[in-house]
Amino acid sequence: MTETDKAASTATGPKTNYLRIFERFALILVWLLLIAGFSIAMPVSFFNWGNFSILFASYAPAALLALAIIVPLTAGDYDLSVGATLTVSSCLIGVLNAWYDVPIVACIIIAIGAGVFIGLFHSLFIVYFRIPSLVVTLGSTSLMTGIVQWMTNSSTIGGIDNALIMAVVGGRFLNVPYVFYYALIAMIVMWYIFDFTPLGRRLLFVGRGREVARLNGISVDKMRVGALITSAVVASIGGVMYAGILGSADPYSGLNYLLPAFAAAFLGSTTILPGRFNPLGAVVAVYFLGTGITGLTMLGIPLWVTNVFNGGALILAVTISQLTRGREVTDIG
Amino acid sequence: MKNSETEVLDKQNKAASLTPPTLRLENISKSFQATRALDSVSIDVMPGEVHGLLGTNGSGKSTLIKVLAGFHAPDAGGRMQFNGQDVSLPLKPSDFRRLGMSFVHQNLGLVPSLTVLENLRLAQIALAAKGMINWRREKAAAHETLERYGVHIESWRRVDELSAVNRALLAIVRAFEEIREGSEITGKPGLVLLDEPTPFLPKEGVEKLFDLVRRIKAHGSSVIFISHDIEEVMQITDRVTVLRDGRVSGQIDTRDATHEKMVEMIIGRKLERSADPQTLLTEKKPTFASIRGLQGHGIPPCDIDIGKGEILGMTGLIGSGYDKIPYLVFGANSADGGSIALPGAEPMDISAMTPKKAIKNNFALLPGDRAEQSGVGSISIFENMLLPDIEKYFSHGFLSNRSMKKEAFRLGQEYEVRPNDPGLSLGALSGGNAQKVLIARWMKRQPMLLLLDEPTQGVDVGTRDNIFKALKLAASKGMSIVCASTDAEQLAEICDRVLVFARGRIVEEITGGDVSKDNITEACYGSVEAVENIIHPQASQKTQS
Repeated sequence: MTETDKAASTATGPKTNYLRIFERFALILVWLLLIAGFSIAMPVSFFNWGNFSILFASYAPAALLALAIIVPLTAGDYDLSVGATLTVSSCLIGVLNAWYDVPIVACIIIAIGAGVFIGLFHSLFIVYFRIPSLVVTLGSTSLMTGIVQWMTNSSTIGGIDNALIMAVVGGRFLNVPYVFYYALIAMIVMWYIFDFTPLGRRLLFVGRGREVARLNGISVDKMRVGALITSAVVASIGGVMYAGILGSADPYSGLNYLLPAFAAAFLGSTTILPGRFNPLGAVVAVYFLGTGITGLTMLGIPLWVTNVFNGGALILAVTISQLTRGREVTDIG
Repeated sequence: MKNSETEVLDKQNKAASLTPPTLRLENISKSFQATRALDSVSIDVMPGEVHGLLGTNGSGKSTLIKVLAGFHAPDAGGRMQFNGQDVSLPLKPSDFRRLGMSFVHQNLGLVPSLTVLENLRLAQIALAAKGMINWRREKAAAHETLERYGVHIESWRRVDELSAVNRALLAIVRAFEEIREGSEITGKPGLVLLDEPTPFLPKEGVEKLFDLVRRIKAHGSSVIFISHDIEEVMQITDRVTVLRDGRVSGQIDTRDATHEKMVEMIIGRKLERSADPQTLLTEKKPTFASIRGLQGHGIPPCDIDIGKGEILGMTGLIGSGYDKIPYLVFGANSADGGSIALPGAEPMDISAMTPKKAIKNNFALLPGDRAEQSGVGSISIFENMLLPDIEKYFSHGFLSNRSMKKEAFRLGQEYEVRPNDPGLSLGALSGGNAQKVLIARWMKRQPMLLLLDEPTQGVDVGTRDNIFKALKLAASKGMSIVCASTDAEQLAEICDRVLVFARGRIVEEITGGDVSKDNITEACYGSVEAVENIIHPQASQKTQS
């Protein structure tokens, strides 16, 4: 019995490993194929570094949102409000800086502080009153959108301090604006926390088995509060970046990032570390989706396709991630 | 004299052949690979009869219920008749309504968030859903039904607002309604099986439930009543079948039976009431933890001392509360009060205990619910195994998966986890192997106090022996172990001392040489009587005389 077990495990071992490796890099492969496809179709306009540098910079806020989302997702909570949080943060900067002449550094601090407050607000209802996170963050999305409309009189606010614009898109490295590298730094920090610290591992247990985590001495509630605050803070940093990219505060367009960011979070969980929400996968997925949308737009496909693409990608991504996870999930008993 | 007796018997037989039993089981056997869980079991349940079904855990009682419920197909050769007609086994879901058979399982099968009315009429509403639901008529029908059974519950209440008693009553009314409708069509009696409906009910609740059962009986239907509580079985049943080791060990008319006789049939030997509780002077182990006044979750204040290096068993019948203690001590469920004193330290307030604090004090808890409370199936073996110790593998700013896997592999070898591949997800392992992983998690930490709830549930025999060996070894090195279990055989095998609970209280302490399977089982079944003596000394004397 034992011998056959051993034999079986060694026999199937290497085979599954190849499959695993393929699975890990499948999305990157598909991404490269997508790039190749668009490049063949549009050898001049698509396949040039200028195009890619715009792509990298313009999707950096979406990458930050995807990174924000996977923190509570790993802890087992949804945060649908990251798009609205991004908008609140960028509009706070616009209103305070352009209308009230608050120094830009103070504006950034206030915007990030607002993120902390939003995270605490969510925690109060989700963790303390035990309201489903989906409901709370859906509600707070509308709540924040309304506040933004009041705050900005529903108008785009120009004239944000040039220092912010310079810091975000003014400088370039390898011809790619700095904002992309800020997103990369956030990704690396998060990757480190997720994969190389006990905190990341505890977060995973909190999400997959609350009761197991609690009985192993993990303060589940504190972890969930921490995750919700982190997500709102990262989203508000995304808002700062967004204000810098646009040079203005737009009360509406921030919400458009929500769907691709969510799709990327789930799509990302099918790659690099399949079965787990992971920062590397999330960022790769954001740029995969960004490439798709950019390419399609350049092919002259009408605007509505973007929405279809984003929505379809979200459903497909969640399905694939469920399948990758489902293969691993079986009850212990 | 003799003649008349045979005449009477003949008459009885004739009568019996005229009215066939509601349910007749003949030679029902069920084997699981090598083990024979049921061995030629034959039972007749007569119309209008409340038929008790008794037996210890592992007697085959639950297998029999599962055969009746259609979960298991019995081995070839068995026969089942319902009202004199052959029924093909295994039963299909559609058979129950047609025959007039209904089950009330311990969890009752109600939808807590719906109203009484909806729960009661759900089936009818779902089946007869042509056009609109006439709620007023449904409400009147529900009201009329409840009144008919003498159950006073407002039909608009949500089920989760009801008391435990009313919930049980509702479930039973619903079951009887199901079979009543069936028997109105067929003109033949139906059968309801009540599987342990009473352990969580207060005494007055049990009375109400019995009133209801008597009403049903008056309608001519039959009831199979399953319980561990012999007093209750004596009170409500007409006849009793006792199972032991998969066979019918006895069938008896309740009015001819005594409490002692039933216990004897259940455990298979005479009850030795006269034997005085001799306290064997085995080497008394020094106390490690003194628990004083622990209460909460239905446990009245109790004191427990746990010796250093002692394996202390806790047992009792379902609902007796023995299984609450480990969770309360660990802070997994919050206690209402009590303290625990460890050597050389101030006593700690147990009501302020949390799992985190408990772990800091070097306690460990292995819950009985593996999938929900103990390990996460979708996460790898090594992460599950080393979760409480994860800080130890974090050095120079990096968590080392490699050294974690290495340690998990070593532990996997020690505890014989198969396959020993720490990178696999825990869910890929069999139940027994997953349990080894989770035991290794806590044993590795060498806790001072290890709290276990059913540590070998769903675990094969070989693994069980390994777990026991590991526990005994750890105890000999000074680990104090508390093991809550209903398995008397296991407790007898590993425990130095066993506490028997009934209605939340410790009613018996079995020590040293007296710790045996039979003594433990006996104490469990004798325990309800014992606790009555503690709570109402006079009342119980009255019933005895």
